Amino acid sequence: MWVFLGTEIMFFGGMFCAYLIYRLAYYNEFAVASRTLSLPIGTINTAVLICSSLTVALSVRAAQLGKQKLIVILLILTLLFGLAFLGIKGYEWHEKFVEHHIPGSSFSFDEPMPGHPEAKIDPRHAQIFFSLYFAMTGMHALHMIIGVGIFSVLIFMSWRGRFTPEYHTPIEIGGLYWHFVDIVWIYLFPLFYLIDRHK
Amino acid sequence: MFDNLPLWPARASTTAGSVDALYIFLVALSLFVSVAIFTMICIFALRYRQRKGREAEQIEGSTILELTWSAIPLAIFLFIFAWGAVVYFKERTPPRGATQIYVVAKQWMWKLQHEEGQREINELHVPVGRDVEMIMTSQDVIHSFYVPAFRIKQDVLPGRYTTLWFRPTRSGTYHLFCAEYCGTQHSGMIGQVVVLEPAQYEAWLSGGLASGSLASNGQNIFQQLGCMTCHRSDTQGRGPNLVGLFGKRVQLEDGRTVIADENYVRESILNPSAKIVSGFKPIMPVFQGLVSEEQLNTLIAYIKSLNQPPAGAAATPSMVSPGAKPQQPKE
Amino acid sequence: MATAALSHEREHYLNQEYGIRSWLLTTDHKRIALLYLVSITFFFFIGGFLALLIRLELLTPAGDLVQADTYNKLFTMHGQIMIFFFLIPSIPAVLGNFLVPLMIGAKDLAFPRINLLSWYLYIVSGIVMLHVLLTGGVDTGWTFYTPFSTAFSNTKVIEAGVAIFISGFSSILTGLNFVVTIHRMRAPGMTFSRLPLFIWAHYATSIIQLLGTPVLAITLLLVVFERAFNLGIFDPVRGGDPLLFQHLFWFYSHPAVYIMILPAMAVESEVVACFARKRIFGYRFVAMSSIAIAVFGFLVWAHHMFVAGISLYSALIFSILSYLVAVPSAIKVFNWTATMYKGSVSFTTPMLYAFGFIGLFTMGGLTGLFLAALGLDVHVTDTYFVIAHFHYIMVGGAVMGYLGGLHFWWPKISGRMYPEGWGRLAALLVFIGFNLTFFPQFILGYLGMPRRYWQYPPEFQVLNVLSTAGSTILAVGYLLPMVYFLWSMRYGKVADNNPWGAAGLEWMTSSPPPTFNFDETPEVTWEAYNYEHIPAAAEVPAER
Repeated sequence: MWVFLGTEIMFFGGMFCAYLIYRLAYYNEFAVASRTLSLPIGTINTAVLICSSLTVALSVRAAQLGKQKLIVILLILTLLFGLAFLGIKGYEWHEKFVEHHIPGSSFSFDEPMPGHPEAKIDPRHAQIFFSLYFAMTGMHALHMIIGVGIFSVLIFMSWRGRFTPEYHTPIEIGGLYWHFVDIVWIYLFPLFYLIDRHK
Repeated sequence: MFDNLPLWPARASTTAGSVDALYIFLVALSLFVSVAIFTMICIFALRYRQRKGREAEQIEGSTILELTWSAIPLAIFLFIFAWGAVVYFKERTPPRGATQIYVVAKQWMWKLQHEEGQREINELHVPVGRDVEMIMTSQDVIHSFYVPAFRIKQDVLPGRYTTLWFRPTRSGTYHLFCAEYCGTQHSGMIGQVVVLEPAQYEAWLSGGLASGSLASNGQNIFQQLGCMTCHRSDTQGRGPNLVGLFGKRVQLEDGRTVIADENYVRESILNPSAKIVSGFKPIMPVFQGLVSEEQLNTLIAYIKSLNQPPAGAAATPSMVSPGAKPQQPKE
Repeated sequence: MATAALSHEREHYLNQEYGIRSWLLTTDHKRIALLYLVSITFFFFIGGFLALLIRLELLTPAGDLVQADTYNKLFTMHGQIMIFFFLIPSIPAVLGNFLVPLMIGAKDLAFPRINLLSWYLYIVSGIVMLHVLLTGGVDTGWTFYTPFSTAFSNTKVIEAGVAIFISGFSSILTGLNFVVTIHRMRAPGMTFSRLPLFIWAHYATSIIQLLGTPVLAITLLLVVFERAFNLGIFDPVRGGDPLLFQHLFWFYSHPAVYIMILPAMAVESEVVACFARKRIFGYRFVAMSSIAIAVFGFLVWAHHMFVAGISLYSALIFSILSYLVAVPSAIKVFNWTATMYKGSVSFTTPMLYAFGFIGLFTMGGLTGLFLAALGLDVHVTDTYFVIAHFHYIMVGGAVMGYLGGLHFWWPKISGRMYPEGWGRLAALLVFIGFNLTFFPQFILGYLGMPRRYWQYPPEFQVLNVLSTAGSTILAVGYLLPMVYFLWSMRYGKVADNNPWGAAGLEWMTSSPPPTFNFDETPEVTWEAYNYEHIPAAAEVPAER
């Protein structure tokens, strides 16, 4: 799993690289576009994921202690948190759809330049921000969905009593994967939601 | 060499000699190494071929040999690197005062504009012995301007300018190829570079339909589009004064400093809000879609012309005030 | 021909179970290797057929065999199929899958079911690519440069991108399997310094597969998204940067070429050691060179972009790094040559391929020096010089390594010997045909003939005709092994455990091996290439 996570880092890395380059080139547009994302929702999602990582870690501990019922409860909680995250993301994307911020033919972006209310931001550059936003959060969401699948299987397995203090490798590995997906979000959140927020 | 079977490309520029020299050195080196390895393999394979009663001698290795045959190739490689870098540096540094020719590549043809106004399609006339700098952009996909006889090549990108330069040394007609795959007629996007003796070149220049120099055409467009409404030659304009601007450093409002080169001017016309000059407001209209690449070239040539007074009796370089007639073309 | 009654009594991986289900649902790494063998051979011949059409078109300067658009599809799909569906899997998926567990004394790979999944992913991606081929093709060049691929091409770019994306996962999973296997499943006593160099090279290859392929995956995905949803990531008209695509693409695609050549070097080490009957000269250095190539290979990608519009200073850095990566390859060539010194050299088919490999890889590598030289690259990049260079390495190097390896381990894989006379003839034909095909292209390149040209100026014709003539000889050279390998499975001489008298754990088990490789887990107390203790083949009877 560690090896696989290495490949995942390279996979997301390509997109982070593209993000870095465009953010340096189009800083103002990125800042303005970032401000149109909902900070409260992003924060809630971050909190949800962090809680889910807590429940994952606790479930590994429960497995080490052989507490089968606790394992199942914690895994179910993790799953619920994951689903909550996805649901909130879905709502967020819907909002973006309504605002016509989804890249493509219906994209429209009409925000003024910072400090110069009479001028407009170049919508093409804002579109690049949103292209990267949807590509990266989309890939992340896809990995979450896969994680939900993995954890469903883990819940089933633990409910059937397959794990003991000596053998609970699938939970550890599933946990590693989940932590990784969480960490990717921890990077995505400030890069997309927190540009220039201190101003 | 032979007409039907050329084995070496014509050499027609100052760069060609340097490139050929490096190539010949590398060919010689490769020949030497290949022959050496081939010979050693032959000798070893035959001398030490499998024979009854003789066993192979187990040799672990020899650190000293390893280090030697790592260090020597490395040294040779670094030497080649340095030589190649020197040639490259020369290839990518256009000399001052080079004649500038603007190139717009599109699927699937080359459009060239001389400063004096001549336009050519798929053909480029240049005089022997003069430095020529090509300022190139693409209207659509990536192309590549390649003249084997000059040993020069440069990708031509959409959305920005790239440059290359050469100085022809021999008159003649040489192939011009597109060297970056660009679609259906990529292999048809070829033309020729016609190098003329200086006298013939002058004749050619004056022979064609001169519709005005690039810069004067640029001046026309400058007026038609209303640029001088804001870009006046005094300090009262709502836009920066363009006289003497080209090539200078420009302070932007976000603190950065950039050089006003072709890419900067082009971007300022097509996407003005990308870089706001310090002290000015971002009110310049966007001209993306309103000017063609060729027109952009003429505007750039015009702005360049504002840097120096024109030769001969002519007015000081100032922009024509709104309403006045444009100056006559110089030829 | 022997009655072969003896080998039929013994159970091995081929006769242990019959029926299509036992093959399609197998988790035996040896059977999976054969599944790959069949599939990549299929794609090799498709890619080869496309090459033949290209060379036929180039017989004449005018475009008179196919239309321009068709030609553009031909070279694009030749490149994609050969690279992603033949070269990248070839040695690792066939020889690596078969031999890695055997060489380290393991029963199978670490993740046998993931191994099967790898193959299925490969098949799915192959089917998608075939679909692309049959329903219109793709014409962007295998390099997919933007904005042509995202905004101008009218062909099946998205589907081709998806096909390669899926095949990437096959590659990643194979790499993952090898790394874990090599770390965790070596037999007792098999320390890292006792590993065959084949394993070292496959380890290095797997690292590249793991770290590089995901970047290609995301790059292709971004191209697909841009094309499907009209985004502007790489399109300057929409605020994007076409050079960003090139950087991301080459960040994988340069290490990819090391994925293709390191396994061939792996084979080279094994074959030269066996047919010189001695340990590879400088074992440590060759092992470390494999790792060095893998590491340095990640640092040189922009040498494909010297005229693309990168800055002068970037170009200088990438040029010098490219020279650094050439050093380990040179070290290997010198070590293989030195191995023959005071050896006991025999001229079997695998050894003929090995000789060919050293010669052709050296030439290909030397011409890499030409391309890394900035001032010279300006003239020869994007011309037939580059095409000749990479074909010398990919075909002269990697394919000859693959064929040499197939011949060397054929007795182990099939239990039969191929006919040696035909083998040598084929090797010779491949060598001659190859040189005739590709050497003229160096000259064409320096003359200035650009690549991807459907039509060309008439003065280039003679060299093109020579090249096409060579390709027909090459084609025959490739067809022969197809025929005689199949023949040998029924009529070939039965092979015993170690017909070559080679060192290595794989030769200590029967040919073909039993399903779980060894009757007993071997305990290794000797160094690799212990040829002083192994009698040469001539002294061992080939048949019982």
